[in-house]
Parts: sequence; C-alpha cells; structure tokens
Amino acid sequence: MSTRNEKLDALLGPTGPQVTCEECFERLDEYVELELRGDDADAQVPGMRAHLEGCPACGEEHESLRALLSH
Amino acid sequence: MTVAYAPRPVDSSEAWLEALRADGARGRDAVAELHGLLLRAARFEIGRRRAALSFVRGEDLDDLALQAADDALVAVLGKLDQYRGASRFTTWAYKFALLEAGVRLRRRAWQGREVVLEPETWPTFADGRPSTERASEDAELLRELQRAVREALTPHQRDVFVALALNEVPIDVLAERLDMTRGALYKTLHDARTKLRRELAAYGYMQEDS
Repeated sequence: MSTRNEKLDALLGPTGPQVTCEECFERLDEYVELELRGDDADAQVPGMRAHLEGCPACGEEHESLRALLSH
Repeated sequence: MTVAYAPRPVDSSEAWLEALRADGARGRDAVAELHGLLLRAARFEIGRRRAALSFVRGEDLDDLALQAADDALVAVLGKLDQYRGASRFTTWAYKFALLEAGVRLRRRAWQGREVVLEPETWPTFADGRPSTERASEDAELLRELQRAVREALTPHQRDVFVALALNEVPIDVLAERLDMTRGALYKTLHDARTKLRRELAAYGYMQEDS
C-alpha cells in the first residue's frame, strides 16, 4: 500500500514485516557478507531490507560495513 | 629447548577466538591487534561522514575514533561467547566499531543543537509534476497527514514521529535526550507510521501498489 506520493511514502516508511534495531545489529555482519558474495541476503535474513530503508542509523551502518569490506 | 613466542597476525576466525582467550603475551598481542582493526574501522567511518563534521578539529576526530575503538574493544571482548560464526570474526568485530563511531558522530554533529519536537516546517509533497490537479491532491494529502498526526498518535508517538521523520533528528541523538534506546525509539516510530498509514487508508488515501 502506498499514497502514490514518494515524499509521503518516505515519511511513512516501508511497509511489511521488518526486524528490530537489535535484530538488525545482530545479523548485519552475516547479511553484508551474503550480499557481497552475491547470495540472496534478503531471503536469508527476512525483514532486514525493510528495516534498513526505515531506520537511517542502521542503514548508515549497513552502508559503512559494506564499504569497509569492499575497501 | 624452548621456542620464543613471536607475535604474528591472526588469520582465521577460530584463530582470533583462540588468541583472544589466550593468557600472557599471546592474548595481549591479539587484543592489541584487534584494537588496531577497530581503530581502522572507526577512522574509516569518520572519514566517510567527515562532511557533517567540518566544524570539528582534526585532533578531536582522532580522539573520537580512539574512544569508539576503545568502547568497541570492550564490547567485542565482552561478547566473544556470542559470536556465532555466521560471518568472519573481523566482519563481526567491525560492526561494533562502526556502531560506536556512528553514534558518536551523530551526537557530536548535534551537540549544542536544540531537538525540536514540533514540526519546524511541514514538507511540501509536490513531486515535480506541474499540474493543478496534482498540486491540489498533494495539498489535501498534507492536510490529512497533519490531521492524522494530531488526532491518531499519542503525544509520545507524535513527538518521536515529528523529531525523527519530519525534523530528521538522528535517532541516537533523540535516544540520548529522551534517555531511551535506539530500538525502543524505532519501535515507537514504527508504531506511529503504522497508525498514520492505517488512518490514511481509512480515508481512502492509500492504494494497492501496482
């Protein structure tokens, strides 16, 4: 479900199930390694993608870990 | 004959665990090596976010990296038994340094700034398509959202939604000011968003994604 307005949809965050900040941190290392190996990280860690889109701080940490490992 | 101990880099997750749990010089060297890795990760994070901290002196950023690495080291050593082997040990350890550095950076960037819990400015929802009909729809959506924020949310949910979603206060800054955890705040934000989405749907403003 969406409002068809991208800015409002961003304010309302992603729909669907998502992990908590604690679960995100718990599995972030595993998720990033799966991504970098080209595996289906979203299938193996359900709810992670939606959380990373909805929580800017966890999203930044995800980007940083990916960048650090790719550095 | 005794063979003198010579430190060498730890090269596997199992070796890290074994070395960090070792007594004497081997354990101390492993801890020092881990600290070096965590410091590298903290400096990497600060380098990435430096633009937001252009007003902070270089030596203060170095201090910040060192504090982040120190706290990450304590966290990693305290949670060694929780390492499940789902990733390489170094990847698992890096995330602690990135977390510590990231939280410090966000708080430093907001140091001395007031956290406003009232909407500073409501966003305009114009999506760039210059149509009168579209502008009218956007204005109606904005009015409906304002009403839903006012009427559907609890005062705490309203404060959190306004600060995090509208005023873009970093979650770690708000968590510190409200003496809450990031997780508890995000749960509040998530609940508020769910209520607002439900409210907008009830009034016909949400549509199935195509």
